[in-house]
Amino acid sequence: MAKMNGSGVGRRRILKGAAGLAGAAMGTTIGAPTIWAQNNKNIVLRQFGTGVSAINEIAEKAKKDLGFTIQMTALDSDACVQRAVTQPNSYDVADIEYWMIKKIWPAKVLQPFDVKKLTYFDKIVPIFTTGKLKPDSVIAQGTAPSKVGFVDKIDSTTFAAGQTGWFTMVPTIYNADTLGIRPDLVGREITQWKDILDPKFKGKTSILNIPSIGIMDAAMICESAGVMKYGDKGNMTKAEIDKTIDFLIKTKKEGQFRAFWKTFDESVNLMTSGEVVIQSMWSPAVAAVRSKGVACKYQPLKEGYRSWGDGLAIAKHLSGSQLAAAYDYINWYLSGWCGGFLNRQGYYSAVLETAKSNMSEDEWGFWMEGKPAKGDIKSPQGAVMEKAGAVRDGGSFYERMGAVACWNAVMDEDRYMVQKWNSFIAA
Amino acid sequence: MTRTRNWTTYFQVTPLALVFLVFLVIPIVTIVVVSFFDYTTTSIIPTFILQNYEELLLSPVTWQTYLQTVQFALITWALTFLIGFTLAYFLAFHVRSSTWQQVLFLVCTIPFWTSNVIRMISWIPFLGRNGLANQTLLQMGLIHQPLEFLLYSNFSVVLVYVHLYTLFMVVPIFNSMMRIDRALLEAAIDGGATGWQTLTNVILPLCKPGIAIGSIFVVTIVMGDFVTVRMMSGGLSASVALMMANAMSLLQYPAAAANAVVLLIVVLMIVAAMMRVVDIRKEL
Repeated sequence: MAKMNGSGVGRRRILKGAAGLAGAAMGTTIGAPTIWAQNNKNIVLRQFGTGVSAINEIAEKAKKDLGFTIQMTALDSDACVQRAVTQPNSYDVADIEYWMIKKIWPAKVLQPFDVKKLTYFDKIVPIFTTGKLKPDSVIAQGTAPSKVGFVDKIDSTTFAAGQTGWFTMVPTIYNADTLGIRPDLVGREITQWKDILDPKFKGKTSILNIPSIGIMDAAMICESAGVMKYGDKGNMTKAEIDKTIDFLIKTKKEGQFRAFWKTFDESVNLMTSGEVVIQSMWSPAVAAVRSKGVACKYQPLKEGYRSWGDGLAIAKHLSGSQLAAAYDYINWYLSGWCGGFLNRQGYYSAVLETAKSNMSEDEWGFWMEGKPAKGDIKSPQGAVMEKAGAVRDGGSFYERMGAVACWNAVMDEDRYMVQKWNSFIAA
Repeated sequence: MTRTRNWTTYFQVTPLALVFLVFLVIPIVTIVVVSFFDYTTTSIIPTFILQNYEELLLSPVTWQTYLQTVQFALITWALTFLIGFTLAYFLAFHVRSSTWQQVLFLVCTIPFWTSNVIRMISWIPFLGRNGLANQTLLQMGLIHQPLEFLLYSNFSVVLVYVHLYTLFMVVPIFNSMMRIDRALLEAAIDGGATGWQTLTNVILPLCKPGIAIGSIFVVTIVMGDFVTVRMMSGGLSASVALMMANAMSLLQYPAAAANAVVLLIVVLMIVAAMMRVVDIRKEL
């Protein structure tokens, strides 16, 4: 479609495509897409992001539904922050985590969304707007999305205290992380974060070596073990950092850890090969271990989850038709197809209502409501992930996201924390 | 006459000088300048402060890490030298036919046809707790518990270094050995020297340039490495470059730059020391 440069035919087809999308997927009529769709076939939106959400199927589907091209680049978390801040003209859409935006926003490389132009803004899960999943929920520690979700004015460099008309980032994917275990090898009940310190697992545990996330898992463990209590795990004081790292060094010297992992595949290999039996893990890594026929459980723990959220932000340099295309893309993202796709991978989507209509009843029941699967549960690519009768580890959406203890975070004492983290790795 | 020749010389060195200027001098100067900058979580502030160096040099972690890295470099150097020298000696003096010399030399390079990273990672399943090495030993009844130190330890780091970099020793030493006039060896034997005496008094001194070149390769690579340390120690050990990578990942470029400058000075001192022992240019 993009190759057809003859204006008449291309334009008609795009218009038809856009109209079809507006009718079928969105249900409501949106003014902007049809106007801009006239010349959007040549538009290319360059998007970079973490590997989590750089999904080819989404780019392909977007091309089909919207007519323009999304170019995705996958980077690791650290590289994402670097790219966003140091090469602001190299991307149009930034697919980043909420803790990253705390670092990136003050660099004035992004522009906020006008919530009036976001079709599904009112339907976004309230974690990202008010911060409260249910009216009586408490906002978790760390860089909770609602704390960095809004700015007062289009050019503010600091975040607003509450909800405003300027949204820094539109949430796309999020989840609640916990420890993964090998149920066949642990040989005991795992119920708390501190269970990773059991002398029985000496030399058979791992935590992740990404300082900003690793320190959070460490804090969950320390607090659970009664080593200390934190004011805010997501924003520790120097003394808290010292004590946490000292405890980690002591544990490391005692030989409790087998290794520290930094990438997704490392965590999968450690678990599959039996090098470790309990470790920090990400949800799709657990699925990857299981798909190799090795038992692996994403163990819910008493103290709660460490949560993370990804979203799309737009570069400051976007304007005119490109900016409109970015809004179209993001409205499309929330319109259901992506949501269903992501939910079926074990992540959560930002607008549940639209995602539900893109999933079967059994899929919705298994992934979102914690019900036993009636038939085989398949991944979006068609591979069987769970057999009939299986129940999702941790249960329903509300059970899991309702038990978030802290969010991935950037601390004010970031600089000090990294020095200390280096000392832990060097010890 | 002399004047024109001078101009020609300058003209001839210009291209290389320009390449060095653009790709070596300017980047290094930039690193040095940035190492005095201040930074926050989101920005780098051009100023002149010594805090980056203070934080670096006054921290015991830095010293520990440098010590660890130097230790890796020393052990790796000693092992690659022993293995490399033996291999080169065998190729140069025991293999008589020059065809076989060529063939065997090529055989040595075969591992280099795949990537560094692949060669490194393939050790992981081999050395793991349930890996081939442990399973074989267990089945042979030599051990009753899997040997944990095989993987994710300093042992595995050094093992991989030696595997990856021994060829850097073999090639220059082999090259030096091939230049040795065989008449000298005959003279030594005629003069009544034993095999060992010939080795230590004739061959070794004549191989010095090759050894020095190989050593520079191995030591500089190990001093600046971070992938091997991270992958093979499972993140349990640190290296200087790993410290820099950690700092950069949090946008702390000035801190990383300061560390880079210090590392550069340390490595240059090591290389200078080697050059003092062996004048490479004179002996080539």
